[in-house]
Amino acid sequence: MPLNRDFVGRTYESSAPYEVSRVKISEFATAIGDSNPIYHDRQAAMAAGHPDVVAPPTFPIVFSLFGTGEALADPDLGLNFAMVVHGEQRFEYERPIHAGDELVCASTVAEIRSVGRNEFLTLRSDVSTTSGELVCRTYNIIVERGGAA
Amino acid sequence: MAATVKYDEVETGQEIPAVEYQVRRVDLVRYAGASGDFNPIHWNERYAKAVGLPDVIAHGMYTMAQGGRFVTDWAGDPGAVVEYGVRFSSMVVVPDDDNGATITISGVVEDKREDKRVVVALTARSGDARVLSKARAVVQLS
Repeated sequence: MPLNRDFVGRTYESSAPYEVSRVKISEFATAIGDSNPIYHDRQAAMAAGHPDVVAPPTFPIVFSLFGTGEALADPDLGLNFAMVVHGEQRFEYERPIHAGDELVCASTVAEIRSVGRNEFLTLRSDVSTTSGELVCRTYNIIVERGGAA
Repeated sequence: MAATVKYDEVETGQEIPAVEYQVRRVDLVRYAGASGDFNPIHWNERYAKAVGLPDVIAHGMYTMAQGGRFVTDWAGDPGAVVEYGVRFSSMVVVPDDDNGATITISGVVEDKREDKRVVVALTARSGDARVLSKARAVVQLS
């Protein structure tokens, strides 16, 4: 079933700030197999000029998914999760995310299009601190296999 | 917050040697837990096959994270990455054995920009498949 184009332009904001913790950064870094001390050891991070341990480049996926989940789970969108695969992902960083950041996420359905038998949906998320500093932008394209058939 | 690689010492076309990253089922389970992405296609063979996949496949974001490791290990500081994007062009199929799959990543300095920034183009392969395309990182060098 084709996705509902009425969703294009809708924005979903996080209901509560996401608190970036040292423990979560370390857990995520361990899960991707990365032992870089800048992810695990505050002293090492500070020696490298950071205020605290910093997050790996793909870490924003941990909390940006929460904001977009609400949009994608809306039955009116018509998305069949079983057929979803990840098409593209991009991050633009204003600065590294570090432990202690409190982040909010505003996710916008930027585009929905059909390519062959598949539906492509682009989500853009602006990640900012609770005081309004933009930290990064993420672009996420998900593909619903067979959705346009 | 500075890369250990110096802009003046890098040339366009310079190759960054390949690194192999192993991915086993347990790595996907651990990544599911850490990332919050519990889609069963990444850990449940029965489910993956029922939806038409050859077997359990790695999270695209797991493969992207290995590309991130490759870039940050080269640059020397995770904070040096100012932009990173990929297209997931093929699946990384992870069999249920002790070896799992291998992702081989290599890179080339594609462009030198102003402000001491460079564009690194990544190639990621698993078996015969190119698993990432349009994989680029913009890195702030010192």
